[in-house]
Amino acid sequence: MPIRVEGLSYIYNAGQPMEKLALNNVSLAIEDGEFIGLIGHTGSGKSTLVQHLNGLLKPTKGRIYLDGVDIHSKEITLRSVRQQVGMVFQYPEYQLFGETVFEDVAFGPKNMGVPEHQLAERVEWALNLVGLDIGLKDRSPFELSGGQKRKVAIAGVIAMQPRILILDEPTAGLDPKGRDEVLSLVSRLHQEEKTTIILVSHSMEDIARLATRLVVMANGEIVLEGTPEAVFQHADYLERIGLGVPQMKKLLQALQEQGFDVHPDHYTIEAAEGEIVKILETK
Amino acid sequence: MAMMRNITIGQYIPGESVIHRLDPRTKIIATFLYIVLLFLVNTFSGYACSALLILLAVALSRLPIKYILRGIRPLAFIIILTLSLHFFMTEGHVIFQVGFLKVTQEGVVRGLMMVSRLVLLVVGTSILTLTTSPILLTDGIESLLKPLKGLGVPAHELAMMMTIALRFIPTLIEETEKIMKAQMARGADFESGNIFQRAKSLIPILIPLFINAFRRADDLAVAMEARGYRGGEGRTRFRVLRFTYKDVVALIFVAVFVVVVSIYF
Repeated sequence: MPIRVEGLSYIYNAGQPMEKLALNNVSLAIEDGEFIGLIGHTGSGKSTLVQHLNGLLKPTKGRIYLDGVDIHSKEITLRSVRQQVGMVFQYPEYQLFGETVFEDVAFGPKNMGVPEHQLAERVEWALNLVGLDIGLKDRSPFELSGGQKRKVAIAGVIAMQPRILILDEPTAGLDPKGRDEVLSLVSRLHQEEKTTIILVSHSMEDIARLATRLVVMANGEIVLEGTPEAVFQHADYLERIGLGVPQMKKLLQALQEQGFDVHPDHYTIEAAEGEIVKILETK
Repeated sequence: MAMMRNITIGQYIPGESVIHRLDPRTKIIATFLYIVLLFLVNTFSGYACSALLILLAVALSRLPIKYILRGIRPLAFIIILTLSLHFFMTEGHVIFQVGFLKVTQEGVVRGLMMVSRLVLLVVGTSILTLTTSPILLTDGIESLLKPLKGLGVPAHELAMMMTIALRFIPTLIEETEKIMKAQMARGADFESGNIFQRAKSLIPILIPLFINAFRRADDLAVAMEARGYRGGEGRTRFRVLRFTYKDVVALIFVAVFVVVVSIYF
């Protein structure tokens, strides 16, 4: 069991007038090869939770285990934790600093102690994976387009070859094409590189198609957990906490209420298409 | 990182006291008069009178004493330095001698005097910033500088710059934290190594911070122009500063106090 979170609580500004309980006794286990969709409204605690998984925040209470080792114990360094658990922040292109794309992407691996002669190979591998032209590696990252910058930033994390990759709203502010590219990159990492993925989002549509398991947060607690089908059963509850269900799920439910013979558990466009074609054919 | 959250520029403590509700211009002028007083008097009884004025202001402002005293703490080093310089470096009647260091009576007197002046200065001015919100403070400064416009002092522009700078301090702190975390997630280390290595490790924070700050400044300029900002000329205000009878009373009181004390002490 690679990641286990036990009884995690976190208080922002502890002991001050503005003190706020951001996480309340959260427990979670993540297996190898899973694709977790972490959903929650703004302020639900999802970003706070993922920042604990690679030791950027220290729990007020509770423990985080990586392969059974407490990440804040002496048996493991935080650097090694951060190499294994990669983290792509929101709007990661605002953290670019390198003079060249190469320098920026090589920053992580270099800090992790990858020898100089392997760096070029690593950087090329990462750029290739995110779908950027190798020819861009000597350009300044600041000359690139928004979508390209985002990909460079993601490549900078992937280049450390983490086993577990956390992405916090990786599609925020991208156009539909950029969004599809980033999501298919994440899906490729999951399937081809066997990376465990934790995708943080408040968009059901993005997450529903890719995740193998959904974790729903509200007010600093995990309120729902399970396969997308199971979680979307609670459509009314999800609406109440301001999340809603994917549009296709709504469409199929509406069709069922109208008396059509459809299976309302589907939630992807492809599956919904199949259901609708089925109705049309039986007519 | 947690430390940065505790920095509150101006350290304004909201409140409803008489002092809080005075016109910011009154408080700025009164503080200025008080500073003049501190430099005019040079007897202990004079300082005692100044302290009395401050105690009155503190009592009226209903500020917790600990906030006032907190302002003195960073001065500890300067106080000790001032004291020892005066104690040992002043010529005069020797009280006692440690090796080649001679402590003179004149030195002790002058040292204590300088320290009282320093402490009173900091405490007095901190009452201004503790009871006046930064926005009101800049409004007050703008209004007071307005008569100097004829001399080419860009009063409105200066005030606008101050307002914007103050407004963006929390934003910059938040952003710094975010960038630091992102680089730490990539294995950056800001704590070990010698001073050169540490300075170099700041590059991955400073470059994005500057680039984002310039980008934000551009956005802000465009947003302000889009909302019709054309500088201070003919601009009306949401908060109009009002000089009331309370301000007149306060100013006359402080002015008379300053004149009387500086004449008699």
